[in-house]
Amino acid sequence: MLKQIQQLGANTLGTLQGLGRATLMLFGALWGRPRPLKNWHLYMKQIYVVGVLSLLIILVSGLFIGMVLALQGYTVLAKFGAEQMLGPLVALSLLRELGPVVTALLFAGRAGSALTAEIGLMKATEQLSSMEMMAVDPLRRVIAPRFWAGVISMPLLALIFNAVGILGGHLVGVDWLGVDGGGYWSAMQANVDFQQDVVNGVIKSIVFAFVVTVIALHKGFDAVPTSEGISQATTQTVVTASLAVLGFDFVLTAVMFGG
Amino acid sequence: MASRKLELFVGFFVALAIAALLLLALKVANTGVAGSDQSYQLLAKFENIGGLKARSPVKVGGVVVGRVASIQLDPESFQPVVTLEINSSYNNFPETSSLAILTSGLLGEQYIGLQPGFVDENVEILKNGDYIEDTKSAIVLEELIGQFLFNRGNQ
Amino acid sequence: MEFGLDKPLVDIQNLTFRRGERVIYDDMSMQFQRGKVTAIMGPSGIGKTTLLRLIGGQLKPDSGKILFEGADIPSLNRQELYQARKKMSMLFQSGALFTEMSVFDNVAFPIREHTRLPEAIIRTMVLMKLEAVGLRGARDLMPAELSGGMARRAALARAIALDPQLIMYDEPFAGQDPISMGVIVRLIRSLNDALGLTSIVVSHDVAEVMSIADYVYVVAERRVIGHGTPEQLRQHESPLVQQFLQGQADGPVPFHFKAADYATELMELSR
Repeated sequence: MLKQIQQLGANTLGTLQGLGRATLMLFGALWGRPRPLKNWHLYMKQIYVVGVLSLLIILVSGLFIGMVLALQGYTVLAKFGAEQMLGPLVALSLLRELGPVVTALLFAGRAGSALTAEIGLMKATEQLSSMEMMAVDPLRRVIAPRFWAGVISMPLLALIFNAVGILGGHLVGVDWLGVDGGGYWSAMQANVDFQQDVVNGVIKSIVFAFVVTVIALHKGFDAVPTSEGISQATTQTVVTASLAVLGFDFVLTAVMFGG
Repeated sequence: MASRKLELFVGFFVALAIAALLLLALKVANTGVAGSDQSYQLLAKFENIGGLKARSPVKVGGVVVGRVASIQLDPESFQPVVTLEINSSYNNFPETSSLAILTSGLLGEQYIGLQPGFVDENVEILKNGDYIEDTKSAIVLEELIGQFLFNRGNQ
Repeated sequence: MEFGLDKPLVDIQNLTFRRGERVIYDDMSMQFQRGKVTAIMGPSGIGKTTLLRLIGGQLKPDSGKILFEGADIPSLNRQELYQARKKMSMLFQSGALFTEMSVFDNVAFPIREHTRLPEAIIRTMVLMKLEAVGLRGARDLMPAELSGGMARRAALARAIALDPQLIMYDEPFAGQDPISMGVIVRLIRSLNDALGLTSIVVSHDVAEVMSIADYVYVVAERRVIGHGTPEQLRQHESPLVQQFLQGQADGPVPFHFKAADYATELMELSR
């Protein structure tokens, strides 16, 4: 019994230490004025790696999730003769929940794990140390551009995911199942509020972007510099980031839509 | 150069995101009756508002002319007071107009139907902050059923 | 800033460093003279790399001073430390080339980070450094395409890109074939003499070190157990130094890791 409590204490302390190190890392990376002009190409490259390369999986997933939502929603709504509510159902599910959350989960798996592995390997091959010895701060040179690229890219990806999902819903609902096309859009417009639904969804997405990117960078930066350590860190990034996204999602939903 | 190609891809990515945002803003969401400078407020007391919520639409003959801004309870009469935000391009409703809380379809959302009244020289036009006196409450299903049974019993 | 050229460039005074409970260095002192190749030798696992990281300011000692050009590295603030690091460079055991850049960009990296020279001048500088290590023809290759010895030479070109005063080599000979080992031995010596560098070589390859070093420290058991020129060391009376130089399997450093008595342990097993 005492041993379990001790274990709990050790885990708590470990988590807190990790949080502290992550905060220090972020602080070190962002301290001082960012110099986007001097490092323009670095930021471009990272947005490309993190954002553009995630585009395909986001487009495909968004399309299919929109299509499935429409298909499932239609069968339920048709029972009540409320097919015209298909548009709002698809749009609200995507904008409020699925868009930000699924994007964040895919992002953690696609880009987050890659970030962790890349930084972990740079650490293991002493690239970070050697950068430091060249009087170049790896936090600013390596961590900062990746951080900003993640925080910028993910909300953009979520927007694209939402748009593609709604189009996918249109494809199934209107073109296949025969819901009235005008009704699809107008019912959506009557029920979706820009401030309440679109903007809040984007805010969610920005929070998730921050959480996932920081976790990915921190796990890489803190990885044990062996091949086993890096593979563990990569797994941890996906698991921790996914859980954190779901946790934050509950809190944000409660704050935004609960009251 | 490789970096030009990179910038091209990133530019394409950002453009796609902006297009998505535009689609969401213009075609999906109701940017609706914006800011208070383009709208005016009317007030109305109801016996019962049923399932009416803030942001429910206000319609005239099916056309949305405004939205419910807020719902409060009058502390003296214990009646709900509904504040309506009406688009200022519809600024000539007479004070004889009436309001009713209606339901779209059998299970749909509730909204406020505005029925414009008659106009003659004694009737003024509604202005910002005026009360609409003639209101019909929401139909509450239980009361309806109760009334029906009561009527049957009388026969 | 001139500090008198007779003074050592790096002066370590009474250094004590612990990692957790374990004492790595206990009250150790060393001097590294300007323009000389100074070697640090010792059995593996005594933290020779740690010493280089201490000089580079990546680790902080528990007590003692590390003077670089008269400035105490551990007490510098961040900005001063980064200024000091611009005058030193370090060749890591793995080379630590940036894998996502070509050899050319790797060598150009410190120049681009610390100066605002036009691209044409950077090109000239990089080609000169690459020529010095014999890799001018390999400038467009990626690090993954280089052999181990070539990667180390490319890293050396990068280390001297900004003409540092001090260059630290971490196990430069480890895992090299005889030819590339010979190349690196020659490079360390010739770069040191041609560029007026001060070199610190950390290694346990006795023959190579003895052939190029001007001065040698032998470190074991948390302290310096012997120092002097290679000639003096060969005459050194300490059995520990002799065991290390001649590579004997058993001696003051025992062959066996600390263990319980052999016979009793075997008996336990058979029981």
